[in-house]
Amino acid sequence: MVRRMGAGLRHPAIRRRAALTMADAADRSARSAGDAPTKIRLRHLTKHFVTRRGALTALDDVSLDIAPGSFFMIVGPSGCGKTTLLRIVAGLETPSGGAVEIMRADPKKPINTMIFQGDSIFPWMNVWNNAAYALTIRGVAKPEIRDIVGHYLERTGLTRFADAYPHQLSGGMKQRVAVARAFANDPEILLMDEPFSALDEQNKTLLQQELLRIWEEDRKTVLFITHSVDEAVTLGDRILVMTAQPGRAKAMVDVPFGRPRDVLELRARRDYGELVHRIWADLRDEVERARAGSAP
Amino acid sequence: MSAAVEKTIAISERRGFLARHGYQLLSIASPVVLLVLWEISVRLGLVDARFFPAPSVVLTTLWSMARSGELWLHTEASLLRLFWGFLAGGIPALALGIAMGLSPFMRAIFEPLIAATYPIPKSAIMPLILLIFGLGEASKVAMVAIGVFFPVAMNAVTGVLEINRIYLDVGRNCQASRWQMFRTIALPGALPFIMTGIKLGVGLGLILIAISEMLGAKSGLGYLIWNAWEILDVNTMYVGLFMIALIGFLFTHLLNALERWIVPWKAR
Repeated sequence: MVRRMGAGLRHPAIRRRAALTMADAADRSARSAGDAPTKIRLRHLTKHFVTRRGALTALDDVSLDIAPGSFFMIVGPSGCGKTTLLRIVAGLETPSGGAVEIMRADPKKPINTMIFQGDSIFPWMNVWNNAAYALTIRGVAKPEIRDIVGHYLERTGLTRFADAYPHQLSGGMKQRVAVARAFANDPEILLMDEPFSALDEQNKTLLQQELLRIWEEDRKTVLFITHSVDEAVTLGDRILVMTAQPGRAKAMVDVPFGRPRDVLELRARRDYGELVHRIWADLRDEVERARAGSAP
Repeated sequence: MSAAVEKTIAISERRGFLARHGYQLLSIASPVVLLVLWEISVRLGLVDARFFPAPSVVLTTLWSMARSGELWLHTEASLLRLFWGFLAGGIPALALGIAMGLSPFMRAIFEPLIAATYPIPKSAIMPLILLIFGLGEASKVAMVAIGVFFPVAMNAVTGVLEINRIYLDVGRNCQASRWQMFRTIALPGALPFIMTGIKLGVGLGLILIAISEMLGAKSGLGYLIWNAWEILDVNTMYVGLFMIALIGFLFTHLLNALERWIVPWKAR
Protein backbone atom coordinates (compact mmCIF):
# COMPACT_ATOMS: atom_id res chain seq x y z
CA MET A 1 0.00 0.00 0.00
CA VAL A 2 1.19 3.46 -0.81
CA ARG A 3 0.05 6.37 1.23
CA ARG A 4 0.52 9.93 0.21
CA MET A 5 -0.86 12.31 2.78
CA GLY A 6 -0.89 16.02 2.10
CA ALA A 7 2.81 15.61 2.01
CA GLY A 8 5.48 16.65 -0.38
CA LEU A 9 8.42 15.09 -2.09
CA ARG A 10 9.73 18.60 -2.36
CA HIS A 11 8.29 19.90 0.88
CA PRO A 12 10.15 17.85 3.43
CA ALA A 13 9.09 20.33 6.10
CA ILE A 14 5.50 19.28 5.75
CA ARG A 15 4.42 16.15 7.51
CA ARG A 16 5.47 13.33 5.26
CA ARG A 17 4.14 9.82 5.32
CA ALA A 18 5.00 8.55 1.90
CA ALA A 19 6.47 5.37 3.27
CA LEU A 20 5.80 2.42 1.04
CA THR A 21 4.58 -0.45 3.10
CA MET A 22 3.00 -3.71 2.20
CA ALA A 23 -0.41 -3.56 3.79
CA ASP A 24 -0.25 -6.28 6.38
CA ALA A 25 -2.52 -9.20 5.78
CA ALA A 26 -4.79 -8.46 8.71
CA ASP A 27 -5.37 -4.93 7.54
CA ARG A 28 -6.17 -6.02 4.04
CA SER A 29 -8.53 -8.83 4.98
CA ALA A 30 -10.32 -6.51 7.37
CA ARG A 31 -10.82 -4.10 4.52
CA SER A 32 -12.03 -6.64 2.05
CA ALA A 33 -14.37 -8.15 4.65
CA GLY A 34 -15.90 -4.77 5.40
CA ASP A 35 -16.45 -3.09 2.07
CA ALA A 36 -15.75 -3.67 -1.61
CA PRO A 37 -12.04 -3.96 -2.51
CA THR A 38 -10.38 -0.71 -3.43
CA LYS A 39 -7.30 -0.09 -5.57
CA ILE A 40 -7.13 3.68 -5.40
CA ARG A 41 -8.54 5.54 -2.42
CA LEU A 42 -8.70 9.33 -2.38
CA ARG A 43 -9.73 11.04 0.83
CA HIS A 44 -10.57 14.76 1.08
CA LEU A 45 -8.09 15.76 -1.60
CA THR A 46 -7.68 19.51 -1.70
CA LYS A 47 -5.29 21.65 -3.68
CA HIS A 48 -4.83 25.40 -3.42
CA PHE A 49 -2.65 27.42 -5.73
CA VAL A 50 -1.36 30.83 -4.78
CA THR A 51 -1.78 33.28 -7.63
CA ARG A 52 -1.26 37.02 -7.86
CA ARG A 53 -4.96 37.60 -7.29
CA GLY A 54 -5.06 35.45 -4.21
CA ALA A 55 -5.56 31.79 -3.39
CA LEU A 56 -7.23 29.61 -5.95
CA THR A 57 -8.82 26.32 -5.04
CA ALA A 58 -8.27 23.80 -7.82
CA LEU A 59 -9.55 20.78 -5.95
CA ASP A 60 -12.01 20.92 -3.09
CA ASP A 61 -12.46 17.88 -0.86
CA VAL A 62 -12.56 15.09 -3.43
CA SER A 63 -13.00 11.59 -2.04
CA LEU A 64 -13.09 8.54 -4.26
CA ASP A 65 -12.79 4.77 -4.20
CA ILE A 66 -11.73 3.00 -7.37
CA ALA A 67 -12.16 -0.75 -7.57
CA PRO A 68 -9.30 -2.96 -8.75
CA GLY A 69 -9.44 -3.72 -12.45
CA SER A 70 -11.88 -0.97 -13.25
CA PHE A 71 -11.61 1.62 -15.99
CA PHE A 72 -12.43 4.78 -14.09
CA MET A 73 -13.19 8.01 -15.91
CA ILE A 74 -13.21 11.57 -14.64
CA VAL A 75 -15.00 14.03 -16.88
CA GLY A 76 -15.21 17.75 -16.30
CA PRO A 77 -14.91 21.14 -17.96
CA SER A 78 -11.48 22.60 -18.70
CA GLY A 79 -9.87 23.96 -15.57
CA CYS A 80 -11.88 21.81 -13.14
CA GLY A 81 -8.72 20.51 -11.56
CA LYS A 82 -8.95 17.04 -13.05
CA THR A 83 -5.38 17.13 -14.36
CA THR A 84 -4.24 18.41 -10.95
CA LEU A 85 -5.98 15.43 -9.36
CA LEU A 86 -4.25 13.02 -11.71
CA ARG A 87 -0.85 14.62 -11.12
CA ILE A 88 -1.36 14.29 -7.37
CA VAL A 89 -2.18 10.59 -7.74
CA ALA A 90 0.95 10.25 -9.93
CA GLY A 91 3.06 11.92 -7.25
CA LEU A 92 4.04 14.76 -9.60
CA GLU A 93 2.27 17.30 -7.40
CA THR A 94 1.55 17.47 -3.70
CA PRO A 95 -1.94 18.01 -2.32
CA SER A 96 -2.63 20.86 0.11
CA GLY A 97 -4.67 18.43 2.12
CA GLY A 98 -6.10 14.93 2.04
CA ALA A 99 -4.63 11.55 1.23
CA VAL A 100 -3.96 9.21 -1.66
CA GLU A 101 -3.70 5.49 -1.06
CA ILE A 102 -2.80 2.99 -3.72
CA MET A 103 -3.04 -0.66 -2.74
CA ARG A 104 -0.07 -2.66 -3.90
CA ALA A 105 -0.57 -6.19 -5.13
CA ASP A 106 3.03 -6.77 -6.15
CA PRO A 107 5.82 -4.82 -4.41
CA LYS A 108 8.11 -5.32 -7.40
CA LYS A 109 5.87 -3.42 -9.81
CA PRO A 110 6.07 0.35 -10.18
CA ILE A 111 3.13 2.06 -8.55
CA ASN A 112 1.87 4.13 -11.43
CA THR A 113 2.65 5.09 -14.99
CA MET A 114 1.13 8.08 -16.68
CA ILE A 115 0.23 8.64 -20.31
CA PHE A 116 0.48 12.37 -20.79
CA GLN A 117 -1.53 14.79 -22.84
CA GLY A 118 0.22 15.83 -26.04
CA ASP A 119 3.68 14.84 -27.26
CA SER A 120 5.42 13.11 -24.41
CA ILE A 121 7.67 10.68 -26.26
CA PHE A 122 11.29 11.74 -26.53
CA PRO A 123 12.24 13.15 -29.96
CA TRP A 124 15.83 11.99 -29.42
CA MET A 125 14.94 8.31 -29.06
CA ASN A 126 13.61 5.98 -31.69
CA VAL A 127 10.31 4.18 -31.19
CA TRP A 128 11.91 1.14 -29.61
CA ASN A 129 13.96 3.10 -27.07
CA ASN A 130 10.95 5.26 -26.24
CA ALA A 131 8.79 2.22 -25.56
CA ALA A 132 11.59 0.65 -23.50
CA TYR A 133 12.34 3.84 -21.55
CA ALA A 134 10.59 3.09 -18.25
CA LEU A 135 12.00 -0.44 -18.21
CA THR A 136 15.52 0.80 -18.95
CA ILE A 137 15.28 3.30 -16.11
CA ARG A 138 14.18 0.52 -13.76
CA GLY A 139 17.19 -1.55 -14.84
CA VAL A 140 15.17 -4.49 -16.17
CA ALA A 141 17.32 -7.18 -17.81
CA LYS A 142 17.88 -6.71 -21.55
CA PRO A 143 16.30 -9.98 -22.79
CA GLU A 144 13.21 -9.25 -20.72
CA ILE A 145 12.98 -5.72 -22.13
CA ARG A 146 13.26 -7.17 -25.62
CA ASP A 147 10.32 -9.52 -25.02
CA ILE A 148 8.08 -6.96 -23.33
CA VAL A 149 8.74 -4.09 -25.73
CA GLY A 150 8.46 -6.43 -28.71
CA HIS A 151 5.07 -7.54 -27.45
CA TYR A 152 3.63 -4.06 -26.92
CA LEU A 153 5.03 -2.67 -30.18
CA GLU A 154 3.33 -5.55 -31.91
CA ARG A 155 0.08 -4.88 -30.03
CA THR A 156 0.17 -1.21 -31.03
CA GLY A 157 1.11 -1.98 -34.64
CA LEU A 158 4.50 -0.27 -34.32
CA THR A 159 6.81 -3.23 -34.92
CA ARG A 160 7.99 -2.04 -38.33
CA PHE A 161 8.55 1.51 -37.02
CA ALA A 162 10.84 0.39 -34.19
CA ASP A 163 13.80 2.29 -35.66
CA ALA A 164 11.83 5.39 -36.69
CA TYR A 165 12.21 8.67 -34.84
CA PRO A 166 9.12 10.52 -33.58
CA HIS A 167 9.41 13.30 -36.17
CA GLN A 168 8.80 10.66 -38.84
CA LEU A 169 5.51 9.60 -37.21
CA SER A 170 1.97 10.96 -37.25
CA GLY A 171 0.26 12.19 -34.10
CA GLY A 172 -1.67 8.93 -33.75
CA MET A 173 1.49 6.85 -34.06
CA LYS A 174 3.23 8.95 -31.42
CA GLN A 175 0.42 8.37 -28.96
CA ARG A 176 0.62 4.65 -29.71
CA VAL A 177 4.27 4.79 -28.65
CA ALA A 178 3.20 6.52 -25.41
CA VAL A 179 0.61 3.80 -24.84
CA ALA A 180 3.18 1.06 -25.49
CA ARG A 181 5.66 2.73 -23.10
CA ALA A 182 3.10 2.86 -20.30
CA PHE A 183 1.82 -0.70 -20.70
CA ALA A 184 5.36 -2.06 -21.05
CA ASN A 185 6.19 -0.64 -17.62
CA ASP A 186 3.49 -2.92 -16.12
CA PRO A 187 2.52 -0.64 -13.21
CA GLU A 188 -0.05 -1.22 -10.48
CA ILE A 189 -2.25 1.51 -11.91
CA LEU A 190 -2.33 3.39 -15.20
CA LEU A 191 -3.04 7.11 -15.27
CA MET A 192 -4.14 8.76 -18.48
CA ASP A 193 -4.38 12.50 -18.95
CA GLU A 194 -6.52 13.12 -22.05
CA PRO A 195 -4.05 11.09 -24.11
CA PHE A 196 -6.08 11.34 -27.31
CA SER A 197 -7.37 14.91 -27.07
CA ALA A 198 -4.99 16.26 -29.71
CA LEU A 199 -5.97 13.64 -32.29
CA ASP A 200 -8.52 13.91 -35.06
CA GLU A 201 -11.83 12.11 -34.69
CA GLN A 202 -10.91 9.04 -36.74
CA ASN A 203 -7.57 8.48 -35.07
CA LYS A 204 -9.16 9.01 -31.68
CA THR A 205 -11.73 6.28 -32.33
CA LEU A 206 -9.04 3.90 -33.59
CA LEU A 207 -6.83 4.50 -30.59
CA GLN A 208 -9.71 4.11 -28.15
CA GLN A 209 -10.46 0.73 -29.67
CA GLU A 210 -6.80 -0.30 -29.54
CA LEU A 211 -6.45 0.90 -25.97
CA LEU A 212 -9.43 -1.21 -24.91
CA ARG A 213 -8.01 -4.24 -26.71
CA ILE A 214 -4.63 -3.95 -25.00
CA TRP A 215 -6.24 -3.21 -21.65
CA GLU A 216 -8.35 -6.39 -21.93
CA GLU A 217 -5.13 -8.44 -21.69
CA ASP A 218 -4.80 -7.93 -17.96
CA ARG A 219 -7.38 -5.28 -17.03
CA LYS A 220 -5.25 -3.00 -14.93
CA THR A 221 -6.89 -0.32 -12.85
CA VAL A 222 -7.07 2.80 -15.01
CA LEU A 223 -7.77 6.37 -13.97
CA PHE A 224 -8.55 8.29 -17.16
CA ILE A 225 -9.18 12.03 -17.37
CA THR A 226 -11.13 13.54 -20.24
CA HIS A 227 -13.32 16.48 -21.16
CA SER A 228 -15.18 14.35 -23.69
CA VAL A 229 -18.40 12.75 -22.48
CA ASP A 230 -18.31 10.42 -25.49
CA GLU A 231 -14.87 9.17 -24.56
CA ALA A 232 -15.90 8.69 -20.93
CA VAL A 233 -18.93 6.56 -21.84
CA THR A 234 -17.03 4.65 -24.54
CA LEU A 235 -14.14 3.59 -22.32
CA GLY A 236 -15.27 3.69 -18.72
CA ASP A 237 -16.89 1.42 -16.14
CA ARG A 238 -17.68 4.34 -13.86
CA ILE A 239 -17.61 8.05 -14.50
CA LEU A 240 -17.10 10.85 -12.02
CA VAL A 241 -18.47 14.18 -13.21
CA MET A 242 -16.56 17.11 -11.71
CA THR A 243 -17.66 20.69 -11.13
CA ALA A 244 -15.89 23.71 -12.52
CA GLN A 245 -13.57 25.72 -10.28
CA PRO A 246 -13.22 24.69 -7.55
CA GLY A 247 -13.17 21.08 -8.69
CA ARG A 248 -15.57 18.96 -6.67
CA ALA A 249 -17.22 15.60 -7.23
CA LYS A 250 -20.63 16.29 -8.69
CA ALA A 251 -22.11 12.99 -9.81
CA MET A 252 -21.08 9.37 -10.12
CA VAL A 253 -22.38 7.43 -13.11
CA ASP A 254 -22.18 3.67 -13.65
CA VAL A 255 -21.70 2.62 -17.25
CA PRO A 256 -23.86 -0.46 -17.85
CA PHE A 257 -22.12 -1.73 -21.01
CA GLY A 258 -20.29 -5.04 -20.86
CA ARG A 259 -16.82 -5.97 -22.09
CA PRO A 260 -15.08 -6.49 -24.35
CA ARG A 261 -16.52 -3.51 -26.16
CA ASP A 262 -16.61 -2.58 -29.79
CA VAL A 263 -16.36 1.20 -29.93
CA LEU A 264 -18.37 1.65 -33.13
CA GLU A 265 -21.11 -0.80 -32.21
CA LEU A 266 -21.38 0.79 -28.81
CA ARG A 267 -21.95 4.23 -30.28
CA ALA A 268 -24.76 2.95 -32.48
CA ARG A 269 -26.77 1.85 -29.42
CA ARG A 270 -29.74 3.85 -28.23
CA ASP A 271 -28.84 3.56 -24.53
CA TYR A 272 -25.34 4.88 -25.36
CA GLY A 273 -26.88 8.10 -26.66
CA GLU A 274 -29.18 8.33 -23.67
CA LEU A 275 -26.31 7.97 -21.23
CA VAL A 276 -24.22 10.57 -23.04
CA HIS A 277 -27.21 12.91 -22.97
CA ARG A 278 -27.74 12.37 -19.23
CA ILE A 279 -24.11 13.12 -18.39
CA TRP A 280 -24.18 16.17 -20.65
CA ALA A 281 -27.13 17.51 -18.68
CA ASP A 282 -25.00 17.19 -15.51
CA LEU A 283 -22.03 18.76 -17.17
CA ARG A 284 -23.72 21.62 -19.02
CA ASP A 285 -24.11 23.86 -15.97
CA GLU A 286 -20.46 23.31 -15.14
CA VAL A 287 -19.21 24.12 -18.60
CA GLU A 288 -21.27 27.31 -18.57
CA ARG A 289 -20.07 28.21 -15.10
CA ALA A 290 -16.47 27.61 -16.18
CA ARG A 291 -16.95 29.86 -19.17
CA ALA A 292 -18.58 32.61 -17.09
CA GLY A 293 -15.74 32.33 -14.61
CA SER A 294 -13.08 32.72 -17.25
CA ALA A 295 -14.78 35.76 -18.86
CA PRO A 296 -13.03 39.03 -18.04
CA MET B 1 7.45 -4.96 -43.47
CA SER B 2 5.08 -2.76 -45.35
CA ALA B 3 6.60 -1.79 -48.66
CA ALA B 4 4.42 1.28 -49.09
CA VAL B 5 5.47 2.81 -45.81
CA GLU B 6 9.15 2.08 -46.34
CA LYS B 7 8.94 3.77 -49.71
CA THR B 8 7.43 7.02 -48.40
CA ILE B 9 10.15 7.30 -45.80
CA ALA B 10 12.82 6.67 -48.43
CA ILE B 11 11.43 9.33 -50.77
CA SER B 12 11.20 12.00 -48.09
CA GLU B 13 14.77 11.27 -47.04
CA ARG B 14 16.05 11.46 -50.59
CA ARG B 15 14.49 14.87 -51.14
CA GLY B 16 16.08 16.16 -47.93
CA PHE B 17 19.41 14.70 -49.02
CA LEU B 18 19.34 16.53 -52.37
CA ALA B 19 18.39 19.87 -50.86
CA ARG B 20 21.06 19.53 -48.22
CA HIS B 21 23.81 18.70 -50.67
CA GLY B 22 22.73 21.43 -53.09
CA TYR B 23 23.14 23.99 -50.33
CA GLN B 24 26.44 22.44 -49.27
CA LEU B 25 27.81 22.88 -52.78
CA LEU B 26 26.71 26.51 -52.75
CA SER B 27 28.47 27.18 -49.48
CA ILE B 28 31.66 25.66 -50.84
CA ALA B 29 31.36 27.64 -54.09
CA SER B 30 30.86 31.10 -52.56
CA PRO B 31 34.38 31.50 -51.05
CA VAL B 32 35.93 30.13 -54.27
CA VAL B 33 34.06 32.73 -56.32
CA LEU B 34 35.31 35.47 -53.98
CA LEU B 35 38.93 34.32 -54.48
CA VAL B 36 38.54 34.32 -58.26
CA LEU B 37 37.11 37.86 -58.23
CA TRP B 38 39.99 39.00 -56.05
CA GLU B 39 42.59 37.48 -58.38
CA ILE B 40 41.01 39.19 -61.40
CA SER B 41 40.86 42.56 -59.62
CA VAL B 42 44.56 42.42 -58.75
CA ARG B 43 45.56 41.46 -62.30
CA LEU B 44 43.47 44.30 -63.73
CA GLY B 45 45.10 46.68 -61.26
CA LEU B 46 41.79 47.53 -59.56
CA VAL B 47 43.28 46.98 -56.10
CA ASP B 48 46.74 47.74 -54.71
CA ALA B 49 48.82 44.52 -54.81
CA ARG B 50 51.05 45.81 -51.97
CA PHE B 51 48.14 45.55 -49.52
CA PHE B 52 46.11 42.91 -51.29
CA PRO B 53 48.48 40.46 -52.98
CA ALA B 54 46.80 38.18 -55.52
CA PRO B 55 45.57 34.85 -54.14
CA SER B 56 47.88 33.06 -56.59
CA VAL B 57 50.91 34.83 -55.06
CA VAL B 58 49.71 34.05 -51.54
CA LEU B 59 49.16 30.43 -52.54
CA THR B 60 52.72 30.21 -53.91
CA THR B 61 54.06 31.50 -50.59
CA LEU B 62 51.78 29.05 -48.79
CA TRP B 63 53.08 26.19 -50.89
CA SER B 64 56.74 26.96 -50.24
CA MET B 65 56.03 27.33 -46.50
CA ALA B 66 54.17 24.05 -46.53
CA ARG B 67 57.09 22.32 -48.22
CA SER B 68 59.59 23.70 -45.71
CA GLY B 69 57.36 22.46 -42.89
CA GLU B 70 57.16 25.94 -41.37
CA LEU B 71 53.45 26.20 -42.08
CA TRP B 72 52.61 22.96 -40.35
CA LEU B 73 54.71 23.91 -37.33
CA HIS B 74 52.59 27.00 -36.71
CA THR B 75 49.27 25.39 -37.63
CA GLU B 76 49.90 22.44 -35.36
CA ALA B 77 50.81 24.70 -32.46
CA SER B 78 47.58 26.68 -32.87
CA LEU B 79 45.41 23.59 -33.31
CA LEU B 80 46.84 21.92 -30.22
CA ARG B 81 46.20 25.02 -28.09
CA LEU B 82 42.73 25.23 -29.55
CA PHE B 83 42.08 21.58 -28.74
CA TRP B 84 43.22 21.71 -25.11
CA GLY B 85 41.54 25.05 -24.55
CA PHE B 86 38.36 23.64 -25.99
CA LEU B 87 38.38 20.69 -23.61
CA ALA B 88 39.40 22.80 -20.63
CA GLY B 89 36.62 25.32 -21.26
CA GLY B 90 33.94 23.18 -22.90
CA ILE B 91 33.61 20.28 -20.49
CA PRO B 92 33.15 22.33 -17.30
CA ALA B 93 30.84 24.65 -19.27
CA LEU B 94 28.69 21.73 -20.32
CA ALA B 95 28.46 20.30 -16.82
CA LEU B 96 27.76 23.66 -15.21
CA GLY B 97 25.28 24.73 -17.90
CA ILE B 98 23.18 21.59 -17.64
CA ALA B 99 23.28 21.65 -13.84
CA MET B 100 22.11 25.26 -13.94
CA GLY B 101 19.32 24.34 -16.35
CA LEU B 102 18.08 21.57 -14.10
CA SER B 103 18.45 23.29 -10.75
CA PRO B 104 17.04 26.72 -9.84
CA PHE B 105 19.46 26.61 -6.89
CA MET B 106 22.50 26.41 -9.19
CA ARG B 107 20.96 29.05 -11.46
CA ALA B 108 20.50 31.44 -8.58
CA ILE B 109 24.16 31.09 -7.62
CA PHE B 110 25.87 31.17 -11.02
CA GLU B 111 23.60 33.27 -13.23
CA PRO B 112 24.74 36.63 -11.78
CA LEU B 113 28.38 35.54 -11.93
CA ILE B 114 28.13 34.65 -15.60
CA ALA B 115 26.11 37.77 -16.39
CA ALA B 116 28.78 39.92 -14.75
CA THR B 117 31.86 38.26 -16.29
CA TYR B 118 30.51 37.54 -19.77
CA PRO B 119 30.55 41.15 -21.10
CA ILE B 120 34.23 41.68 -20.19
CA PRO B 121 36.14 41.60 -23.51
CA LYS B 122 38.26 38.46 -23.36
CA SER B 123 41.20 40.26 -24.96
CA ALA B 124 41.13 42.68 -22.00
CA ILE B 125 41.86 39.80 -19.62
CA MET B 126 44.91 38.85 -21.64
CA PRO B 127 47.46 40.72 -19.45
CA LEU B 128 45.94 39.16 -16.33
CA ILE B 129 46.10 35.71 -17.90
CA LEU B 130 49.75 36.27 -18.83
CA LEU B 131 50.41 37.34 -15.25
CA ILE B 132 48.79 34.22 -13.82
CA PHE B 133 49.78 31.58 -16.35
CA GLY B 134 53.02 33.01 -17.64
CA LEU B 135 54.23 33.29 -21.22
CA GLY B 136 54.05 29.54 -21.96
CA GLU B 137 51.36 27.28 -23.37
CA ALA B 138 49.10 27.54 -20.32
CA SER B 139 48.17 31.16 -20.95
CA LYS B 140 47.11 30.44 -24.57
CA VAL B 141 45.08 27.42 -23.55
CA ALA B 142 43.46 29.44 -20.77
CA MET B 143 42.45 32.19 -23.21
CA VAL B 144 40.76 29.70 -25.52
CA ALA B 145 39.10 28.00 -22.55
CA ILE B 146 37.62 31.26 -21.33
CA GLY B 147 36.31 32.06 -24.79
CA VAL B 148 34.73 28.64 -25.25
CA PHE B 149 33.29 28.52 -21.74
CA PHE B 150 30.68 31.26 -22.03
CA PRO B 151 28.79 30.35 -25.21
CA VAL B 152 28.75 26.65 -24.33
CA ALA B 153 27.57 27.23 -20.75
CA MET B 154 24.94 29.80 -21.71
CA ASN B 155 23.56 27.70 -24.54
CA ALA B 156 23.45 24.59 -22.35
CA VAL B 157 21.38 26.49 -19.76
CA THR B 158 18.97 27.72 -22.42
CA GLY B 159 18.87 24.26 -24.00
CA VAL B 160 17.81 22.58 -20.78
CA LEU B 161 15.29 25.32 -19.94
CA GLU B 162 13.78 24.98 -23.42
CA ILE B 163 13.15 21.25 -22.96
CA ASN B 164 9.41 20.66 -22.87
CA ARG B 165 8.42 20.21 -19.22
CA ILE B 166 6.46 17.11 -20.14
CA TYR B 167 9.69 15.19 -20.85
CA LEU B 168 10.96 15.96 -17.36
CA ASP B 169 7.58 14.81 -15.98
CA VAL B 170 7.96 11.53 -17.87
CA GLY B 171 11.37 11.07 -16.27
CA ARG B 172 10.02 11.81 -12.80
CA ASN B 173 7.03 9.54 -13.38
CA CYS B 174 9.47 6.74 -14.29
CA GLN B 175 11.39 7.45 -11.06
CA ALA B 176 14.53 8.39 -12.98
CA SER B 177 17.47 9.25 -10.75
CA ARG B 178 19.31 12.56 -11.04
CA TRP B 179 21.98 11.00 -13.20
CA GLN B 180 19.39 9.27 -15.41
CA MET B 181 17.49 12.56 -15.83
CA PHE B 182 20.75 14.18 -16.88
CA ARG B 183 21.81 11.45 -19.27
CA THR B 184 18.49 10.46 -20.87
CA ILE B 185 16.63 13.79 -20.93
CA ALA B 186 18.60 16.94 -20.08
CA LEU B 187 21.69 16.21 -22.18
CA PRO B 188 20.02 14.91 -25.37
CA GLY B 189 17.20 17.44 -25.06
CA ALA B 190 19.64 20.33 -24.82
CA LEU B 191 21.98 19.04 -27.55
CA PRO B 192 20.68 21.25 -30.38
CA PHE B 193 21.41 24.36 -28.28
CA ILE B 194 24.69 22.92 -27.03
CA MET B 195 25.84 22.40 -30.62
CA THR B 196 25.09 26.07 -31.35
CA GLY B 197 27.15 26.99 -28.30
CA ILE B 198 30.03 24.82 -29.46
CA LYS B 199 30.05 26.44 -32.90
CA LEU B 200 30.10 29.90 -31.36
CA GLY B 201 32.80 28.70 -28.98
CA VAL B 202 35.04 27.50 -31.81
CA GLY B 203 34.73 30.89 -33.49
CA LEU B 204 35.65 32.73 -30.32
CA GLY B 205 38.45 30.28 -29.65
CA LEU B 206 39.99 31.05 -33.04
CA ILE B 207 39.85 34.79 -32.39
CA LEU B 208 41.45 34.42 -28.98
CA ILE B 209 44.17 32.01 -30.06
CA ALA B 210 45.27 34.43 -32.78
CA ILE B 211 45.32 37.33 -30.30
CA SER B 212 47.15 35.45 -27.57
CA GLU B 213 49.79 34.12 -29.96
CA MET B 214 50.62 37.67 -31.02
CA LEU B 215 51.93 38.36 -27.53
CA GLY B 216 54.79 36.35 -26.13
CA ALA B 217 54.58 33.30 -28.36
CA LYS B 218 57.23 31.73 -30.56
CA SER B 219 54.90 29.62 -32.66
CA GLY B 220 51.33 29.53 -33.90
CA LEU B 221 49.40 31.26 -36.65
CA GLY B 222 48.94 34.40 -34.55
CA TYR B 223 52.71 34.58 -34.10
CA LEU B 224 53.19 33.99 -37.83
CA ILE B 225 50.96 36.97 -38.67
CA TRP B 226 52.54 39.25 -36.09
CA ASN B 227 56.05 38.32 -37.12
CA ALA B 228 55.19 38.93 -40.78
CA TRP B 229 53.98 42.43 -39.84
CA GLU B 230 57.21 43.17 -38.01
CA ILE B 231 59.30 42.23 -41.07
CA LEU B 232 56.68 43.67 -43.47
CA ASP B 233 56.18 40.34 -45.24
CA VAL B 234 52.62 40.88 -46.46
CA ASN B 235 52.40 37.56 -48.32
CA THR B 236 53.17 35.53 -45.21
CA MET B 237 50.67 37.62 -43.29
CA TYR B 238 48.03 36.56 -45.78
CA VAL B 239 49.10 32.93 -45.48
CA GLY B 240 48.42 33.16 -41.74
CA LEU B 241 45.06 34.79 -42.30
CA PHE B 242 44.18 32.23 -44.93
CA MET B 243 45.02 29.33 -42.62
CA ILE B 244 42.88 30.75 -39.81
CA ALA B 245 40.01 31.24 -42.25
CA LEU B 246 40.47 27.69 -43.54
CA ILE B 247 40.46 26.23 -40.04
CA GLY B 248 37.27 28.13 -39.18
CA PHE B 249 35.65 27.02 -42.41
CA LEU B 250 36.58 23.36 -41.89
CA PHE B 251 35.47 23.39 -38.28
CA THR B 252 32.08 24.82 -39.23
CA HIS B 253 31.52 22.04 -41.75
CA LEU B 254 32.86 19.40 -39.41
CA LEU B 255 30.55 20.56 -36.62
CA ASN B 256 27.56 20.68 -38.96
CA ALA B 257 28.27 17.09 -39.98
CA LEU B 258 28.69 16.14 -36.33
CA GLU B 259 25.37 17.81 -35.53
CA ARG B 260 23.58 15.84 -38.23
CA TRP B 261 25.09 12.70 -36.80
CA ILE B 262 24.36 13.17 -33.09
CA VAL B 263 21.09 15.13 -33.44
CA PRO B 264 19.37 12.93 -36.03
CA TRP B 265 15.89 13.66 -34.63
CA LYS B 266 16.00 17.30 -35.69
CA ALA B 267 13.62 17.46 -38.64
CA ARG B 268 15.30 19.31 -41.48
